[in-house]
Amino acid sequence: MGGVLVVLAIAVVLAAVVWVVSGPLRHRHSDDPERERRAVRRAELDAAREAKYREIRDTELDWRTGKLSDADHAALDRVLRAEAVAILNELDELGDE
Amino acid sequence: MAVLGRACLILAFALTLYGVGAAIYGAHPGRRAWADSARRAVYALAALLTVAFVIVEIAFITSDFSFALVAGHSSTTTPLLYRAAAAWSSQQGSLLLWAWLLSLWSSLVLYLTRNRLREITPWATAVLMGFGAFFVGLVVFKESPFATLAQAPAEGVGLNPLLRYPSMMVHPPMLYSGYTLCAVPMAFGVGALLARRVDAEWVAATRKFALAAWLFLGIGIVLGARWSYVELGWGGYWGWDPVENASLMPWLISTAFIHSIMIQEKRGMLRMWNASLCLAMGTLAIVGTFLVRSGIIDSIHAFVEQGNEIAWAFTALIAVCASGSIWLIYSRRDILRSEHRLDSLLSREALFLFNNLLLVALCFVVFWGTFFPLISEALTGNKSTLGPPWFARYTVPLAIVLAVVAGLGPVISWRRATWANFKHNLIWPLSFTAVVLVLVIAFADATSNWLAIAMFGAGAFVIACVGQEFWRGTRARKIMSGERLPRAFVSLVARNRRRYGGYLVHLGIAVLFIGIAASSAFQHSITPTLRPGQTARVGGYDVRYLRPTASISVNGSGHVEHINFGSDVRVSKNGKFVSNMHTERDYFPTQGAGGTLSDYFAGNQTSEVGLKAGLRRDIWIDVNDTNIGSLMPIIRRGDKVFGDAKSIPAAMYNQLLGQALLGLVKRYKATAPPVQFRMLISPMATWIWLGAIIVFIGGLTALWPSPRGMARRARATYKARIAQDLGRARA
Repeated sequence: MGGVLVVLAIAVVLAAVVWVVSGPLRHRHSDDPERERRAVRRAELDAAREAKYREIRDTELDWRTGKLSDADHAALDRVLRAEAVAILNELDELGDE
Repeated sequence: MAVLGRACLILAFALTLYGVGAAIYGAHPGRRAWADSARRAVYALAALLTVAFVIVEIAFITSDFSFALVAGHSSTTTPLLYRAAAAWSSQQGSLLLWAWLLSLWSSLVLYLTRNRLREITPWATAVLMGFGAFFVGLVVFKESPFATLAQAPAEGVGLNPLLRYPSMMVHPPMLYSGYTLCAVPMAFGVGALLARRVDAEWVAATRKFALAAWLFLGIGIVLGARWSYVELGWGGYWGWDPVENASLMPWLISTAFIHSIMIQEKRGMLRMWNASLCLAMGTLAIVGTFLVRSGIIDSIHAFVEQGNEIAWAFTALIAVCASGSIWLIYSRRDILRSEHRLDSLLSREALFLFNNLLLVALCFVVFWGTFFPLISEALTGNKSTLGPPWFARYTVPLAIVLAVVAGLGPVISWRRATWANFKHNLIWPLSFTAVVLVLVIAFADATSNWLAIAMFGAGAFVIACVGQEFWRGTRARKIMSGERLPRAFVSLVARNRRRYGGYLVHLGIAVLFIGIAASSAFQHSITPTLRPGQTARVGGYDVRYLRPTASISVNGSGHVEHINFGSDVRVSKNGKFVSNMHTERDYFPTQGAGGTLSDYFAGNQTSEVGLKAGLRRDIWIDVNDTNIGSLMPIIRRGDKVFGDAKSIPAAMYNQLLGQALLGLVKRYKATAPPVQFRMLISPMATWIWLGAIIVFIGGLTALWPSPRGMARRARATYKARIAQDLGRARA
C-alpha cells in the first residue's frame, strides 16, 4: 500500500512539473521581432535614464557637501542634464509599448 | 520517503538538463516561449529540491536511522535544533543544500528579471541550470542523501559536538547563500557577453546581485569567525585556514566588483575589468565549495574525509569556468572597450581603480597562500604550508593602504576634484587621525607594533572622513528641508541609500580593522597550570583558580550526552573584583558507549570558553587540559572490572556503570588535580563583531530598494520631469 502511494506521489509530482514547465509552450504567442527589439532598447534606455538621474543627484550632493566647486558643479550638471535629455529624446522616439 | 526523495532528485536532474537545453534554444530570436519554459523549469527545480530537502529534514528530526545520512550524523541524544541543522554537517546534505539554495536564489532572480534583460536571461538561465545540473548530479550519482540501510541501527553516531553551536546552524546556509549568489552575477555576466549586451540595464541588475552575494558571504564569514573564537578553544577568530580563505577570496572580488561596476555605470569605463571580476566571483565561489567539500587541503573547518571522489568533478567544473571565462572575455573584447578615459587621477574613479587593484592583490595573496601546499607538492613532492605570519606579512600592509583609500573615497568627487576642495575636506579627518595616533603612541608600545599603530591611524581616518560626510550631508539636508537634525539625517540616508549605506560599510570596516589590529598586536596570552587557590597574572588581570567542577549531562532518554570537567575562576584587577567565570571541557562518548568506562572519554571533545567581553578588552579563558589523565588508572581498573562482569543482567550492569561514572566525577572534584588554562586578554576584540554588524547594516541599507527606485515609465515628452524627479531626491 505504501509503495503504491509513493508511486502515485511520484506520478503526481512528474505531472505537475510537466504541466508547469510546458505552460509557455502550450500557450505560445507569436513573437514580433521588431516589437521585441524595441522593448529591449526601451529597457536599456530606462536603465540608462535612471543611472543618469542618479549621477546628477550624486553630483549635486557632492557639491552640497563641499566636494565640488560652484563652477565645476554648474559645468558638470549642464553636461549631465544634456545627456539625460538625449536619453529621454530617444525614449520619445521609441514611443509607447 | 527515501524513494520519493530519490525520485525528486532524479526528476530534478532531468529538469536541469532540460532547462539548459531549452534556455539555449530559447536565447535565439523568436523562441521566447522556450526561454520562458526554461525559467519555469528553474521554479520547478526549486520546488523539487524543496521537497527533497524537507524529506531529509523530516528524517533528521524524527531520527529515522534507516537513512544512512541520519545514522551517520545524528542521534536521539542530539538536541532537536541541532538535529534540524545536522543535515548540512554531512557531505551529502551540504551538496543538497548548495543545490537547493542555488535553485531558490535562481528562481527569485529570474522572477525579478522575468520582464527585463530579455536577451540575457535565457543565457543566464542556462548557466544557472548548468550549475544546478552539476550539484544535483553529484547528489544523484555520487553522494546521495537518500541512501538507506538494510538494518536501521537503534542509535546514530550523533552530530559532531564542535558543530553544536547556535551560529553553526546559520553559518553554512549563509555561506552557501553567498556562494550560490556569486553564481548569479557570473551567470548574468556570461549572458551579457554571449548576447553582446553589457549595457546599463545589465549593470544595474548585476550590481544588486553582487551586493547580495557580498552581504551573505560576509555574514557567513563573520559567523564562522565567531564560532572559531568561542568554540575552537584557541582564542583566535581567523587562522588563515584554507576553508576560511575559500570564502574570503570571492568576498574580496565581489567587494572590488561592487565598486568598479559603479564606474561602468557612471562613465562606461572598465567594462573588461568588470566582466572579468564577475566571472571570477562565480569561479572562486566554486573553488571555495571545492575546498570545503573535497577535503583536498587540511582544514579545521572541513568535516569531510580527505581525498573523496568528488574532487575530480569539481576540478573539471573549475577548469570549465576558468577557461570559458577567459574565452568569453577574449572573444568579446570588441564590446568591452571603455567609452571614456579617466578625467583626472584626483577623482573617485581613480581611487576606485586603486582600491580594485589592492583587493585583487589581496585575493592573489590569499589564493597563493591557500594553494601553496598543492603547488609545493606538485613542484617538489613535499607538501609545505604557509602559516599566519606569512599571510600577515603581505595582507596587513595591503589592508592598511586599503583602509586609507576607504577613507579618501567618500571625500572626493566623481570625475574631477580640485586640490583646494580635496585639501579642505581632509583638514578635519587628518587632524582627528593625528590626535588618535598621538594618544595611541602615548599608551601603546609603538616601537614593536608600528603596523598596528598604522592601522589605528587608518581606521581613525576612515571614521573621521565618514563622520564628516554624514555631518555635511545632514546639515545640507537640514538647510534645504528645514527638518530637525535627526529627521534630516534619516531623510538623507533614506534618499541616498546606496551612497550612505556604502559609507556605513566603510565605517564598519574601519571599526573591524581597529579591532583586529588591537586584539592581535596587543594581546596578552599565557598557559599556566594551576591548582585550586593559585593565581596567574595576565595583561594586568589576576585570575584565581577557585575550584574544579564536574558533572554528567544526561539527555531526555536517560543516555549520557557528555561528561564535563571544568573550572570556576575569579578575575580581579588591582585587587578589585572584575568577574567570576567558568570554563569547561566536554567529553562525548563514542558511538554505542556503554561497554566500558573508557568509552565515555574516547569520543569528541569540545571547549566551553569563559568569556567576559567588553568594548575595552575581552577576558578569554579556556581550560586547556583538565588533567583527567589523573583518573586514567581508575578508569582502566574499572574497564577490567566491567569487562569481567558482562554476565550480570544489563539493567544492573548499566546501573553500576552509571554509579562508577558518578564516582569518577566526585573523585575529580575531590582530588582537584592541577589544570592547564589558556588565558587571553584581547584588547578591543568586541570591535570586530560591532564593526561586522555596522558593515551588514550598511550593506542592507545599500541593497534595500528605494521607493523611487521602482521602475516608472517616464514619458520623454515631459522633459521637465528631470527637474521634478531630481528635485524629489535632492539632499
